[in-house]
Amino acid sequence: MITSEHFRALFDPRGIVVAGASTHPGKFGFVALHNILSCGFEGDVFATNRERAEVLGRTTVADLTEIPHGKADLVFVCTPAASNHEVLRQAAAVGIKAAFIASAGYGESGEAGLELQRELVELANELKMMIVGPNGQGLVSTPSSLCAQIVAPYPPAGSIGIASQSGNFVSSFMNLSRQSGVGISRAISVGNAAQVGILDMLEYFADDPKTSVGLVYVEGISNGREFADRLENVCRRMPVVLLKGGSSGLGAKAAASHTGSLATDDRVFDGLCRQVGATRASSISEAFDIAAAFATLPAPRGPRLAVVTTVGGWGVLAADAISATNLDLVELPPDLRNTLDGLLPPRWSRNNPIDLAGGETKDTVPAVLNAVVGHGDIDSTLVLGMGIQSNQGRLEREGPFYPGHGLDRIVAFHDRQDSRYAEVALAASSAAGKPVLIASELAVGDPNNAAVAAVRSTGHYCFPSAERAVVALHGLYEREVWLASLGTPGDGGR
Amino acid sequence: MSRTLSESDSKLILRDCGVPFLPEVLVSEVEQVEDALLRMAGPYAVKLCGENISHKSERGLVRLGVNGVDAVKQACRELLSAARPEDEATGVLVAPMATGLREFIAGVSVDPVFGPTIVFGLGGVLAEAIADATVRLAPIRRYDALDMLSSLRSRSLLGPFRGEPAVNREAMADLLCSLSEAATSISGLRSIDLNPVMIVGGAPVALDALIEIEDAEVEL
Repeated sequence: MITSEHFRALFDPRGIVVAGASTHPGKFGFVALHNILSCGFEGDVFATNRERAEVLGRTTVADLTEIPHGKADLVFVCTPAASNHEVLRQAAAVGIKAAFIASAGYGESGEAGLELQRELVELANELKMMIVGPNGQGLVSTPSSLCAQIVAPYPPAGSIGIASQSGNFVSSFMNLSRQSGVGISRAISVGNAAQVGILDMLEYFADDPKTSVGLVYVEGISNGREFADRLENVCRRMPVVLLKGGSSGLGAKAAASHTGSLATDDRVFDGLCRQVGATRASSISEAFDIAAAFATLPAPRGPRLAVVTTVGGWGVLAADAISATNLDLVELPPDLRNTLDGLLPPRWSRNNPIDLAGGETKDTVPAVLNAVVGHGDIDSTLVLGMGIQSNQGRLEREGPFYPGHGLDRIVAFHDRQDSRYAEVALAASSAAGKPVLIASELAVGDPNNAAVAAVRSTGHYCFPSAERAVVALHGLYEREVWLASLGTPGDGGR
Repeated sequence: MSRTLSESDSKLILRDCGVPFLPEVLVSEVEQVEDALLRMAGPYAVKLCGENISHKSERGLVRLGVNGVDAVKQACRELLSAARPEDEATGVLVAPMATGLREFIAGVSVDPVFGPTIVFGLGGVLAEAIADATVRLAPIRRYDALDMLSSLRSRSLLGPFRGEPAVNREAMADLLCSLSEAATSISGLRSIDLNPVMIVGGAPVALDALIEIEDAEVEL
């Protein structure tokens, strides 16, 4: 009964109504209208207020019956639960197809609320409306510059689609998006998921040309088989990164069985993710890392990984991280080793990780990166040590001697070099169609660092550490392995 | 409520699904022992078999490394007389002893949310403490079975180990796929335990089997 037209109304509405707009800046009905008006939504915006009070300088109407038919197709509901049946009826009467219900007082509040929630769904079905929530924080849709939520932030545009059973996780992911510059297409908190839930959103994302990867926080799963089957269908079309909280188990398992005690909820969920081709993450930051990698990098063709580092220690730790995965820190092919011999002083590591040992000159790093990334026996490249020069440049720029003593020129040179290294690495990535991951704690420590800024300006993600980059790349690689398994004759489906 | 099938009935059903077991003979009377031993070389494992026996080892109902006809007969006598009425004993299972250093656990467990799942884990005396296991929803593909082997933390045990050859991964994957077949074909299934699955000369062999089913559905 839910159609693509409902999702169009939800994420790309021509007009939107805030039901229950408030003059009090602390109320949801104020914040929702504020956020919609502040982030560039170009469609019509209406608001209802029982007293017709002016809110944020805009006139309001007493109820939805006063809104011209067909001008709005989404209503953002902040009215008390008791009023919402009437709000939905009026909304349907003026041609509204979708409602986001932020109001609380439903299933989360006990038996009476649950009954009210059931009635709300029945009414929505009868009116042929889609309702999201209740008790949700809202939605974001960057293709429509829509920030219909009672929380912040509004993220940059991109191709990550977020769906969450907890609104706060949507905020968490979008905060990381804003910090890193890797953007969001759609984001939605499904609240109590009374009529539509996470999987409905994922299925829409899989069809949505603006979305390339799903990023999901899930807590409760009621129908496990349906969940697994629908998730697999989505994963065949689009990568999905899952963060799971809480326990899915509803009861104790059969006590007579040894295997039963081994089949913990966590292991069941873990296994199901591997089976259906979803990438499970263990933390908010890891989930975002992996989603950002899917959104910005080409898929690796194989496990062979090269690490290029300006200093030894980082490469050692990266190698440790790689050894915990199915990625392969390959031995350098002889011809590549010969090429690098010609570019670097004799003290370079002559192995993988490729430790430049401080031997780089102005043009060495670009030449090394091009040689490594472009080599036929290397599937992915991890680059460490970007931003060191401009980090020193920052200290000099902020110090008491700047700009004298030639500091202005050297600082500008450092910044240019680091920008160039990052740009070369990512250009080599595009040219070869292979992932190149740049990792530096400066991504968090100094997002304005020239290398970090250059990565961000090309739409890429600067990973905050080598270990996190390796985990993300492993996620990309494992998805490729899973996709390949679907093509195995006679082994193409469950 | 649920009930368990006897070890020999469990094995009959699972053997049909393709689970590898040792050749063994169920003897109901001591007089059958001599014939039974003609079919396999000793030493032998001798176990009481019944519809409703759990904690066999703890109750001393398993005798290992029994040598010679007389000793096997004696073990059978003792086990049959140790049987309690509630065990619903159907006889004594006599099997050749299997030796191997590595033991795994495999089975089926029905999850309240996700339904039947296939479980594979490290077995042996340290199994509970190490708690290394991996789970998939049934049915599994062959890819899933092989992925389960790689998912164990102690997967290095699948390689060559203290003079024993590497585990035949294909055979172990076959075993897990056989369990998947059992999980989807046995009606009213509650759980299956193959504990232990011993690695004998690189090949997995289930030394014990226990099927638990819903009490209402007893037809086999």
